[in-house]
Amino acid sequence: MNAEPKFKSSDNMNASHAQNAPAFCSVWDIHAYYGESYIVQGVSLNIHEGEILALLGRNGAGKTSTLRAIARLGNPTLKHGEIWLDHQPLHNMQSYEASQAGIGLVPEDRRIIQGLTVEENLQLAQIEKPIGWSIDRIYELFPRLGERRKQEGTTLSGGEQQMLAIGRALARDIKLLLLDEPYEGLAPVIVQEIEKTLHLIREQGITTIIVEQNAIAALNLADRSVILDTGQVVYDGTAKEVLENEELRHEYLAI
Amino acid sequence: MSPAFLNFVEICLNGLMAGVMYSLVALGFVLIFKASGIFNFAQGVMALFAALTLVGLQTGQVPFSHLLNAMFGTEIHNWGPGLNTFISILFAMVIMIGLAFLVEKLMLKHLVNQEPIILFMATIGLAYFLEGLGDLMWGADVKTLDVGLPSGGSFWWEDVTREWAAEGSDYWGMYIDKLDVSATLIAVSLVAALSIFSQYTATGRALRAVADDHQAAMSVGISLRTIWVIVWSIAGFVALVAGIMWGSKSGVQFSLSLIALKALPVLILGGFTSIPGAIVGGLIIGVGEKLAEAYLGDIMNFLVGASPNLFTAIENWFAYVVALAFLLFRPQGLFGERIIERI
Repeated sequence: MNAEPKFKSSDNMNASHAQNAPAFCSVWDIHAYYGESYIVQGVSLNIHEGEILALLGRNGAGKTSTLRAIARLGNPTLKHGEIWLDHQPLHNMQSYEASQAGIGLVPEDRRIIQGLTVEENLQLAQIEKPIGWSIDRIYELFPRLGERRKQEGTTLSGGEQQMLAIGRALARDIKLLLLDEPYEGLAPVIVQEIEKTLHLIREQGITTIIVEQNAIAALNLADRSVILDTGQVVYDGTAKEVLENEELRHEYLAI
Repeated sequence: MSPAFLNFVEICLNGLMAGVMYSLVALGFVLIFKASGIFNFAQGVMALFAALTLVGLQTGQVPFSHLLNAMFGTEIHNWGPGLNTFISILFAMVIMIGLAFLVEKLMLKHLVNQEPIILFMATIGLAYFLEGLGDLMWGADVKTLDVGLPSGGSFWWEDVTREWAAEGSDYWGMYIDKLDVSATLIAVSLVAALSIFSQYTATGRALRAVADDHQAAMSVGISLRTIWVIVWSIAGFVALVAGIMWGSKSGVQFSLSLIALKALPVLILGGFTSIPGAIVGGLIIGVGEKLAEAYLGDIMNFLVGASPNLFTAIENWFAYVVALAFLLFRPQGLFGERIIERI
């Protein structure tokens, strides 16, 4: 069922991790549906520990759906395939169990809880184990959140809400960070700021999958890239190669 | 002060205290509705069941004794003199928590992601089941419940208020039932405790998070099912308190489950998702119906020139008419969030 990637990378060994090391997270032939719509049509990918993977593709290619399926959100429904994270099978879990198994999702629309202050939003993430960064450490990374700790989370600006959503993910002891369009709807100045933050996170060595419309920004951050088209993998290789391969970029990313 | 004004104050005070009781029932609805989007039709029956259980424990009644006697011709009634009030309340609470656990395990778990109307139907089923279970376990006779709260009119207050009246008037003083006063105090402390719990504890935060966005809450590792058990336990506790208050006031009988109907107008007024709304809504309904009973009847009789007894028992329908007006002009209630359907 899985389509062979059309573009094979010759440059895999340039990635910071050897290809033949056992994958830290592996997604194997997943098929996911929104109701009757068949969105994710047999996606497989591997992520090695400490690696950043950019999951790219045009609108409607199934990037966010793949991410949501990995996070085990109720929608889309996973009908076939397996997802393993650090030897744990995620495919049988619900989202809260996946979170307890080490998935940290920063959703597209950030989902800051209404009626809870910045600090309460962070504390919320530390009710269930495993607990990750201390709240003080999150404030060190995002001093702006520390200044507004008593403010209601939903009254923050878009960029600050994004920081809060990332901070909330870091407040848990995560093995895999899933970033869904972190730059979406943000002013260019804020994008730069979030970009800086993501490079900081990269330095922490947190294994990450990033889904992003802004492909260049994501590729600058990532080690590897997987490109989806109509719910299937069409490229799996290094980020550098995508940046260099104009034909590939043109065909699947329209840049 | 003129006796007419003192009368008015007395009516308002009694209305406020009746309103607190309505709020108490409405609060149970709001808690469950906020956390799970379920309109729990069984809330009133839960209050009845809790009160029945409490009386059963207090009097040492053997559960299902009627059934056993009928089936086997035995004469079982009591296992002993019964437990003391405090321990009975604790046990009744444990039973309500057990009930919450079973509701999650046997009902809600199987209805995840179903339409709200299906969950609502399930709670109607639960209501009938609990009513039947209560009957089988403890019998259908009217029971008196005495948990040692003071009751009867307060002579002290009567004396104090008589002095307020203008000299020479034949004002007798205000009548206030001590049971109503204690019910009010207990309800106020219950609401305060619930607010503190929801504001300052980790579980309270989790409850608020689930109420706002259960997907986001689950994404940080919070299990909906645990939250549901907690919410139903709290609703069970609120039902127990409401059952004790209403049961002490008017006896533990099966019509107690109908107080849930009185909670409906309160909810329509206050909004289904607002705890302050449930409280203010209850108070408005309580005061409103007492005032309407006292004054509206006279006004209407005067207007149509009818005999003085044509418009009476306004208390019984006033709340529903107010609710109807709200449904027409402000369907989200006083404090509810505006319902915006996204298409």
